[in-house]
Amino acid sequence: MGFIEVKNLKIHYPIRGGIFNTIQDHVKAVDGIDLKIEKGKTYGLVGESGSGKTTIGKSIIGLEEITSGKILYNGIDVTNRARSRKKEYKDYNRDVQMIFQDSASSLNPKKRIKDVISEPMDNYFKLSPDETSKRVIELLEIVGMNEEAMYKYPHEFSGGQRQRIGVARAVASNPKLIIADEPTSALDLSVQAQVLNFMRRIQKEYELSYLFISHDLGVVQHMSDDIAIMHKGRFVEQGSKTEIYNNPQHIYTKRLLSAIPDMDPTTRKAHKIERLRVEKEYTDQEKEYYDKDGRVYDLSPLNENHYVALNPNGIGGNL
Amino acid sequence: MAIERPLLEINHLETGFRITDDYYNAVDDVSLTLEKNEILAIVGESGCGKSTLATSIMGLHDAKNTQIKGEVIYNDINLLELNENLYNGIRGNDIGMIFQDPLGSLNPLMTIHDQIAETLVYHSSMNSQQRTARVLELLNQVGIPKPERVMKQYPHELSGGMRQRVVIAIALANKPPIIIADEPTTALDVTIQAQILDLMNDIQDETGSGIILITHDLGVVAATADRVAVMYAGQIVEEAPVEELFANPKHPYTRSLLNSIPHELEDDDDELHVIQGTVPSLQNLPRTGDRFAPRIPWIPAEAHEENPVLHEISPGHKVRCTCWKHFHFEGEDE
Repeated sequence: MGFIEVKNLKIHYPIRGGIFNTIQDHVKAVDGIDLKIEKGKTYGLVGESGSGKTTIGKSIIGLEEITSGKILYNGIDVTNRARSRKKEYKDYNRDVQMIFQDSASSLNPKKRIKDVISEPMDNYFKLSPDETSKRVIELLEIVGMNEEAMYKYPHEFSGGQRQRIGVARAVASNPKLIIADEPTSALDLSVQAQVLNFMRRIQKEYELSYLFISHDLGVVQHMSDDIAIMHKGRFVEQGSKTEIYNNPQHIYTKRLLSAIPDMDPTTRKAHKIERLRVEKEYTDQEKEYYDKDGRVYDLSPLNENHYVALNPNGIGGNL
Repeated sequence: MAIERPLLEINHLETGFRITDDYYNAVDDVSLTLEKNEILAIVGESGCGKSTLATSIMGLHDAKNTQIKGEVIYNDINLLELNENLYNGIRGNDIGMIFQDPLGSLNPLMTIHDQIAETLVYHSSMNSQQRTARVLELLNQVGIPKPERVMKQYPHELSGGMRQRVVIAIALANKPPIIIADEPTTALDVTIQAQILDLMNDIQDETGSGIILITHDLGVVAATADRVAVMYAGQIVEEAPVEELFANPKHPYTRSLLNSIPHELEDDDDELHVIQGTVPSLQNLPRTGDRFAPRIPWIPAEAHEENPVLHEISPGHKVRCTCWKHFHFEGEDE
C-alpha cells in the first residue's frame, strides 16, 4: 500500500480568448494519471520537455491548483489543501519536500545557509536555538559539508554545493517523500555523481521515498525502482526499471530509449541504424498508439510490474 | 608539392583574463590540429576553458581585458594577428559557429529569413533572390519542414530543436570549411539531440568541413567524434582517437570522468565515482606541477612529473604527465 496515492490527477489550464475573454479551450498539462508512492522507493518520472512531468511534481507538493482528481495521504484527502493550517494537512506539508532544478534561484540570496536550512525546522518543530544549530550541523555533515558553511551566503558556494544545501533543506523536516525535479541537470558529471550518491545514502538512512523527475534516462535508470514514461500529459508506460528498460512496449518509450547515446564508439553505426529503424517505426505506427484525438490510451497491465497504454482494440491490445 | 598542412593548427595558445592587475590563463598552452572532414571533440567540465578556446579561435575577446598568445594558423595566416576588419571576413565565412543557447543567439526581432540572409549579405555578392533561394536551400538541408513558411516566422514561434537547426543553418550559410559547435545539443531533449547530431554528421559528409565539437557530454562524444581532447584546468590532459579513448583511457581525470557516468547499479551499496575536491578557481590555480594532483591525493607526489607535458604513448594518443602509470582508484590496489 502506498502512503501517498494520486488518483486520476488532471491539471488543465484555460485558454482565454474572444471579445469577452471567455474560456475557449484547455491545455491539458496533466490529463489523468495515477501514482502510488511506497516507503523507501524511488519513482522515476521521465518525459521530454513539455510532457507535464514537472507539473505533476508541483501539484503533489501543492504549488499547482489541481483541476480534478485526488491526492490521498495515509487515506486523508489533501487535494488543494497545501495552505491549510489544519493538523492533518500540516503533517502532509512537513512530510513532502522538494529539491529544485536551479539551486541558485531556489535559495534565498539574503539568507545565511543556517537560516535556509533551519526554516523548515522552525515551521514544524519547536527547537531551542542550540538544538537548531546542532541539527543544521548534522544535516550539513550528511551532505558532506562542514560547519563553516553555516554562516555563509548561497552565492559563496559552487553549483554542486548549493544543490547539496538544497538536499539538506529538503531533509530538514524529516520528510517521507522528496520530489526531486531535475536535481542534477545543471551539474557537471563528477558533481552530479556526488549529489546522486548523497541522495541515495540519505534514502537508506531515513527510508525516504523519491519522486525523481528527469529527462536524463541514464540518471533515472541509476536512481529509480519504478519508472513512468510521460507523453502529452499522460503515462504511456509504467513499471519496474528492468521491465521498462529491457522490455519496452510502447513505441514512444522505444523511441526515447533508442535515442540515448551509446557510450561505446565502436557500435556507433549499429546504434544509429537501430535508432533510425525505431524512428521510422514511430512515424509509421504512431496512429496505432494514440487515439483519434492524439490522446494516449489508458494504461492496461502487461504483467503485475508493467503497464502500457495500448489501443484496447488495436495491435497488442489483446495481450 | 608541399606537405599538406592541417585545416586549422593551434599552437601554444594561451588566453588570459585580467583579474585586478594580473592576467590569468583560462586556456594554457593548448596545441591542437583539425583536419578536413573530421570531428574533433573537446570535452571537459564547466570552467575547464573549452568555450574560451572556441571564442579565442573566433577572436571574440575584448582586447582590453584579455591577453592572447600563440598562433591559430588557417590558410597559412595567423588569425590572431589579423585586424578586426580582416577577422570579420573570416568569421561566418571560413569559420562558422554554433552556440549553445539557440534562443540567445537569434535576434528576436528578425525573421528567420533575414537572420540567415544577413550573413550572406556580408560575405557574398548574391542579390536578394539568390539569397532567398539559398536560405530555402539551407532550411531544407537542416531538415526544417515547410521552409517557405518558417522563413517568415520569428524565433519565438519555433521549438527549441527548430531554433537550433536555424542556428546551424546560419553557421552553414557560406559553406565554411571549419565549424565550431559549442554545446550544440545541451538544451535539447534526447530525441532532438540525436537528430541534431545526425545532421552534423551529414553536414560533415556532404561538405567535408572540419568540426570542433565542444561538449561536456561523453555520450555525445561517443556518438559523433573522430578524435577527442580532454581538458582540465585550461590544459589538454589527454588526446586520442575516439575508440582508443573509450577503450583505453589513461589519464586519471579521463578515467575518473568515465567512472562517474550514472549506470545501472550492480548492488544496493554501489556508488558512483566522485572526484575529490573541486576545480580550483582561475586565480588559485597552481601554475606548476600536475594540476590534477590535488584531486588524487592518494597517488604519491613522486608519481607526478614536476612540469607535466603531453607524451605520445601510441600513435595519436597523448597523455599529460606520467602519473597515469601509477594511477589507481582510491581503495583499489595499484
